[in-house]
Amino acid sequence: MHTILAKKQLSPNVTRLDLLALRIAEIKQPGQFVIVRRGEGDERIPLTIADADPVAGTIALVIQAVGKATRELVALEVGDAIRDVAGPLGHPTELIASGRALCVGGGVGTAVVHPIAKALHAKGVHVTSVIGGRSKEWVIFEEELKKCGDVIVCTDDGSYGRKGFVTDAAKEVLEAGGIDIAYGVGPVPMMRAIANLTRPFNVHTIVSLNPVMVDGTGMCGGCRVDVGGETKFACVDGPEFDGHKVDFDLLADRLSTYREFEQRSNACAEGECRIRK
Amino acid sequence: MATQITAKERMQITRQVMPEQEAVQRSGNFQEVNLGFSEQLALLEAQRCIQCKEAKCIKGCPVMVNIPRFINFVAEGDLASAAKSLFGDNALPSISGRVCPQEEQCEGSCIRGVKGQPVAIGYLERFVADWARTNGSKADAETPAPRGKKVAVIGAGPAGLTAAGELVKSGHDVTIYEALHKPGGVLVYGIPEFRLPKKIVASEVERLTQAGVKIECNIVIGRTYTIPELREKFDAIFIANGAGLPVFMNVPGENFKGVYAANEYLTRVNLMEAWQTEHANTPVLMGKRVAVIGGGNVAMDAVRTAKRLGAEKAMIVYRRTKEEMPARVEEVHHAEHEGVDFQLLVAPLEVIGDEKRWVTGLKCNRMELGEPDASGRRKPQVIPGSEFVLDCDTVVVAIGTKANPLLTATCPELKLNKWGNIEVDENGMTSIPGVFAGGDIVRGAATVILAMGDGKNAAKAIDGYLAQV
Repeated sequence: MHTILAKKQLSPNVTRLDLLALRIAEIKQPGQFVIVRRGEGDERIPLTIADADPVAGTIALVIQAVGKATRELVALEVGDAIRDVAGPLGHPTELIASGRALCVGGGVGTAVVHPIAKALHAKGVHVTSVIGGRSKEWVIFEEELKKCGDVIVCTDDGSYGRKGFVTDAAKEVLEAGGIDIAYGVGPVPMMRAIANLTRPFNVHTIVSLNPVMVDGTGMCGGCRVDVGGETKFACVDGPEFDGHKVDFDLLADRLSTYREFEQRSNACAEGECRIRK
Repeated sequence: MATQITAKERMQITRQVMPEQEAVQRSGNFQEVNLGFSEQLALLEAQRCIQCKEAKCIKGCPVMVNIPRFINFVAEGDLASAAKSLFGDNALPSISGRVCPQEEQCEGSCIRGVKGQPVAIGYLERFVADWARTNGSKADAETPAPRGKKVAVIGAGPAGLTAAGELVKSGHDVTIYEALHKPGGVLVYGIPEFRLPKKIVASEVERLTQAGVKIECNIVIGRTYTIPELREKFDAIFIANGAGLPVFMNVPGENFKGVYAANEYLTRVNLMEAWQTEHANTPVLMGKRVAVIGGGNVAMDAVRTAKRLGAEKAMIVYRRTKEEMPARVEEVHHAEHEGVDFQLLVAPLEVIGDEKRWVTGLKCNRMELGEPDASGRRKPQVIPGSEFVLDCDTVVVAIGTKANPLLTATCPELKLNKWGNIEVDENGMTSIPGVFAGGDIVRGAATVILAMGDGKNAAKAIDGYLAQV
């Protein structure tokens, strides 16, 4: 059992939970994830580790409540426990040893960018983070990322930072020159846009993929993605890949496999359930 | 012998038939198909055993169960002694009694099978194990003296559970590390409820924990800990983490929505309990026309699952004929009776999808059998111009698995073969002294009972190794 020691609402639908996971907190590296199962009968959910405190023995998970499983997870309170946490899974992020890095985070993906920026900063890499959200209240991890380097905040409605998408600001950073590597984590269309943006600049670009996953250890093959024409399993081969080689259409497409089930369970949660067996 | 029957009478008893759920009814539910022998049927069947002096059935068994001995106890009506005898040889008899390919092993070697039907050894094994479970028989209740040695077992599947059970009996301090949230391995994620009820696996696991085996779930060796890290804390290690990665066909369209690896399909239904359709939290696509590719036990499990999830047409697509199918005979028969459609001598070429990339069909070639290949089976050859499309909305690929590199990649000292499976010597020891391995990570995809045999042999070898260090 993994007791929740802290809980914080970061944006209207994003929650941070800090929970006890001694071994994972001790050894986790940036880019790695855990599989979480709230309780008996619940789904297994892959979540990237946003931060860890090896002294306190805690890991931070940043969760966007989109479906039944994530909604139930963020409904937990301090003192409650999560039944299963397995990990750390996946390969650690490919980091550069020196130079300049561009880290782009969209929505909840900003929480995934954070440990990458933190690790780069610790190595002495100059980090420019570009993060964004719909409006001011959707921007997360700004303070944490400021500790790792420069931060450019973008909002769609201009209510905070620059008005516009993260891609616009990222483009200016790339045009200014000197970027050795780019990291992009966020919704699929954003990651695709970042990969397309960096391609003409010949900047190596790493994206973190979030396909449907069950076991997280390579056994089920549900998380298969196409990278450079080859089928890869995101859980054991990834979750981070060369953004210039990822087939984002396929990723977006496979992510929609259970949309009908999700809509049905969301409708049930909102009390509109009219399903009869 | 207590039974007062003559040899002639003994030979006249015919093989008792396993009572089973009626086919139409069972193809709509997930309850167990085989209902098990009554005591009366078991006593009759046990009397058919002629108690060979040189019992070939024992040699046919991967875990060397003393079959005539436990059957003799059944024939005498002494079920407690039968249970004690059986559990002494086999740590998980209620499981092997249900899933073993007996026709190729014990029953395949039975003398009575030469001129008729072999003794129903598997059904008797199941009967005795189930009797012991429901009658609370503590066949192995004596607590052994602690030996002061710690053994780590990687994986709580059939090999790991068997090894742990044997090791704890020898007085070792055993901890199993399981990657998933529930122990059982393929017994819980792969084999469906209708063939092996999960409460049976749970009770076997509980028996082991009561005997002193510690099980830690959610520990992924190769990630949470590595083998070199465990080596510092344990006197010996047994690696039984299973086969791992599913193999795909490498045909166009294989990543369309509606194409599953059998592992994923079965895991969603079994481990994640999607079969409990009303309150399952993990979904599974419930296709109306499901094509399962392959001819092994996993393919049969998948196709019979599809039928139970409401498929109007559940099909096996196999490139050879029924004779070459690696599946157990009983599984093929059960599938046939449940209305599974067998598309034989058919090989898939491509998965066809609609504009939204949902599966709509499987483009296939018709095949014919040619000359025998290296495996001795006649090699299927394409019939030119035979291409056709099989309509389906779900495809389940059940053509095997390959070695999972997750553990081995973080332990470069482990010697692997060219397929990535761990190499072991005749005692099951790997290239690292004190580190043993067995089951599918050594064999590639094999059976539950072969994994159990590996577990038993490795436990014996580990016990010998620990006596020397």
